[in-house]
Amino acid sequence: MSEPLLQMRGLRIETEVNPGKKHVKPVEILKGIDLTLHRSQVLGLIGESGAGKSTIGLAAMGYARRGLRLSGGEVWLDGEELRSASEEVLCQIRGKKVAYVAQSAAAAFNPAHRLLSQVLEVTNIHDHIDPAKAAKRAIELFDRMGLPNPEEFGTRYPHEVSGGQLQRAMTAMALAGEPDLLVFDEPTTALDVTTQIDVLAIIKEVIRDLGSAALYITHDLGVVAQVADRIKVLRHGQEVEEQETSALLANPREDYTRDLLNVRRASAQAEDADRDEMILSLDRIDAAYGKAQVLWDVSVALRRGTCLAIVGESGSGKSTLARVIMGLLPPSKGQITYQGKAISAALAGRSAASRKAVQMVYQLPDVAMNPRQTIGEIIGRPAQVFLGLSKSAAYTRAKKLLDMVDLPTDMITRFPNQLSGGQKQRVCIARALAAEPETVICDEVTSALDPLVAEGITELLLRLQRKLGVSYIFITHDMAMVRAIADDVVVMRNGRVVEQGPKDSIFDPPYADYTHLLISSTPEMRIGWLEQVLQERRMEAAGN
Amino acid sequence: MSRFLSELDVAARLGLLIVLGFLAAVFVGPFIIPYSEVEIVGSVFSPPSLDHWLGTDNVGRDLLARILAGGQMTVIISFLATCGAFAIGVPLGIVSAIMGGWFDLIVTRIVDALMAFPGLILALIMLSALGTSLPALLLVMSVLSSTIVFRLTRAVAADVAAMEYIEIARLRGENMRWFLFKEVLPNVVPTLLTEFGLRFVYAAILISSLSFLGIGVQPPHADLGGMVKENSLAITFGRMAPILPALALAILAIGINLVVDGLLKRNADLDLHK
Repeated sequence: MSEPLLQMRGLRIETEVNPGKKHVKPVEILKGIDLTLHRSQVLGLIGESGAGKSTIGLAAMGYARRGLRLSGGEVWLDGEELRSASEEVLCQIRGKKVAYVAQSAAAAFNPAHRLLSQVLEVTNIHDHIDPAKAAKRAIELFDRMGLPNPEEFGTRYPHEVSGGQLQRAMTAMALAGEPDLLVFDEPTTALDVTTQIDVLAIIKEVIRDLGSAALYITHDLGVVAQVADRIKVLRHGQEVEEQETSALLANPREDYTRDLLNVRRASAQAEDADRDEMILSLDRIDAAYGKAQVLWDVSVALRRGTCLAIVGESGSGKSTLARVIMGLLPPSKGQITYQGKAISAALAGRSAASRKAVQMVYQLPDVAMNPRQTIGEIIGRPAQVFLGLSKSAAYTRAKKLLDMVDLPTDMITRFPNQLSGGQKQRVCIARALAAEPETVICDEVTSALDPLVAEGITELLLRLQRKLGVSYIFITHDMAMVRAIADDVVVMRNGRVVEQGPKDSIFDPPYADYTHLLISSTPEMRIGWLEQVLQERRMEAAGN
Repeated sequence: MSRFLSELDVAARLGLLIVLGFLAAVFVGPFIIPYSEVEIVGSVFSPPSLDHWLGTDNVGRDLLARILAGGQMTVIISFLATCGAFAIGVPLGIVSAIMGGWFDLIVTRIVDALMAFPGLILALIMLSALGTSLPALLLVMSVLSSTIVFRLTRAVAADVAAMEYIEIARLRGENMRWFLFKEVLPNVVPTLLTEFGLRFVYAAILISSLSFLGIGVQPPHADLGGMVKENSLAITFGRMAPILPALALAILAIGINLVVDGLLKRNADLDLHK
């Protein structure tokens, strides 16, 4: 076989330590990684956060994040060793031979410049492609990416295009320098499922047509199975295993890979008796932020002891609906009824009892916990406020709650930044339960977590429901999760309810159009899923 | 403590040495030195000698004794004024950030109005109305300095106020005291501590400027700015008398700035490694 394009041998990366501080030991981020990538091959890197995926991606450009250093091993790119290469050599290589597509396109583009000038920046710097030719090629690339009005697209500013378009523009930017190697770092993670499928299809097509090699970094096996020839599974900075995609999906060698493949969703229990009693209902709600109306005529109802899932893409108004229920955003029209009684739309007008009855768990536990309070204070406070417990009684209760969410009780004196993402979310759940609520609203509680951790949280929530009989409102974009745990489903789009009913009627054919789009866009862990879905859609489009 | 020192760079350690040395000199020095700052001990503007290390001033008092006593006065007034500024600015800033709405609007506009005047001129106007007693001086300096403290606190607290844990506290129906002391203040303290150093320097410069103009600390008490004024005539004789108090003020300002810079850098590093 020909010389590999990218080769890493025993690559080690560790945190940079000030030599003056003897009490700080460097932490190893990568513990000896071997990697080989041939031309026109796509290697998928997969693993949970902190596995070192992105660090490997950046090391392929001879770069380590601030505070890290390449401490051992070799990185060979097209006959050049990058770890010992000078900054000038690296500058020549970056953009020209290897290009990077980051997760958040919105953060990667400069809002003050037009898209075309940013896409062409790399060819201007390296001056290796004639400017007129480069501009023409950029427009071709825009066209290839399926961007609207390719000639005119480059004259827009980043805020004038959608997130999916921006992600495609960034891929075009990476391709503008005609690199041999592309590094995709979670390029579709921040996108809605319906947008993700388009971007994914385009990335796959472009890689195949240009014959460039690619590293594809993601935590979603379903996604990587669609684009990668081989998959390398990583954990704690070490390789777990590497196999051809089809072989890995069919016969994983390691237990960890098997766990990743079998993220079976926890599923809800059978029906209870008193489940037809309405606990919370919203009737014909309109709501607006200032002059911009975001909810139109929304009516939903939650039955006691059940789980109501509200699904939709970003911008569909599902989180706004949660804010309306909590009283943070008084609706301009409509009525909120709790246990048969109308309650005040504004938070200020609600009694302590009605504030206690509905608690909320947020998507990002990092910003939902005060970094300067201990876990004990965070969990204990709602118990003090709502149950009138003394400080020491609240402390005891916090311990009990920690135990309930499967965390060690000695965690009570720690601060949030000493916990992992999954532990933080468990603390947030414990805090919500501390008030002994009847209803808990979960706003995308698992979407910031790794699949295995997310599964643990989902199981915990279901177990708590059986034990405490709380009712849930689950706000999510994840159809697989809805299918697993919901009793009733509300599908929202652009601030309106497009379909609602018991789960079975939503998930059984015939589907409503938009619901079908959402369901079919969720990546499945098998090769050829992407092509199959696109094929089906083309046929449907031709049929209409 | 040694851990704290090791996190500071060389310049900051030097600054810390300067500041501690300065504080030790002005608070301990007057007890050691054999002259009082009000006692006339020699002829006018005599040059440095073994008896009077820095020479004598415009009425024949020992210059070193006056600089030490004057430095003490400047440090005490600046410290009290800065404390006053923080006592006004920090709570208002946090409450503005949390409450928003009309409260925020009114306080912000008042602060804007105060900041629209040059500080020294506003101080002149207020002091000529209130008289030059020490409490009036402290009040004026605190109010003037509090505008900037308010702005900084409000900006930092606004970042905190946007966090979801504030929303959760709001959903719990917490009172303003809880927001102030439990939710926001612990998160803004690091920023405010460094700002305290900077405000202290500006307060020292302001009180010196006021004294130089004759409306600050009144004779026979010494303070650094007043001493520059008293001794200004010596310049014509080529004597250093007016330069030395100004130099003392400069050394204090430089020392504090070095420490503050080091602290800011350290905080930035800590953020990086979070």
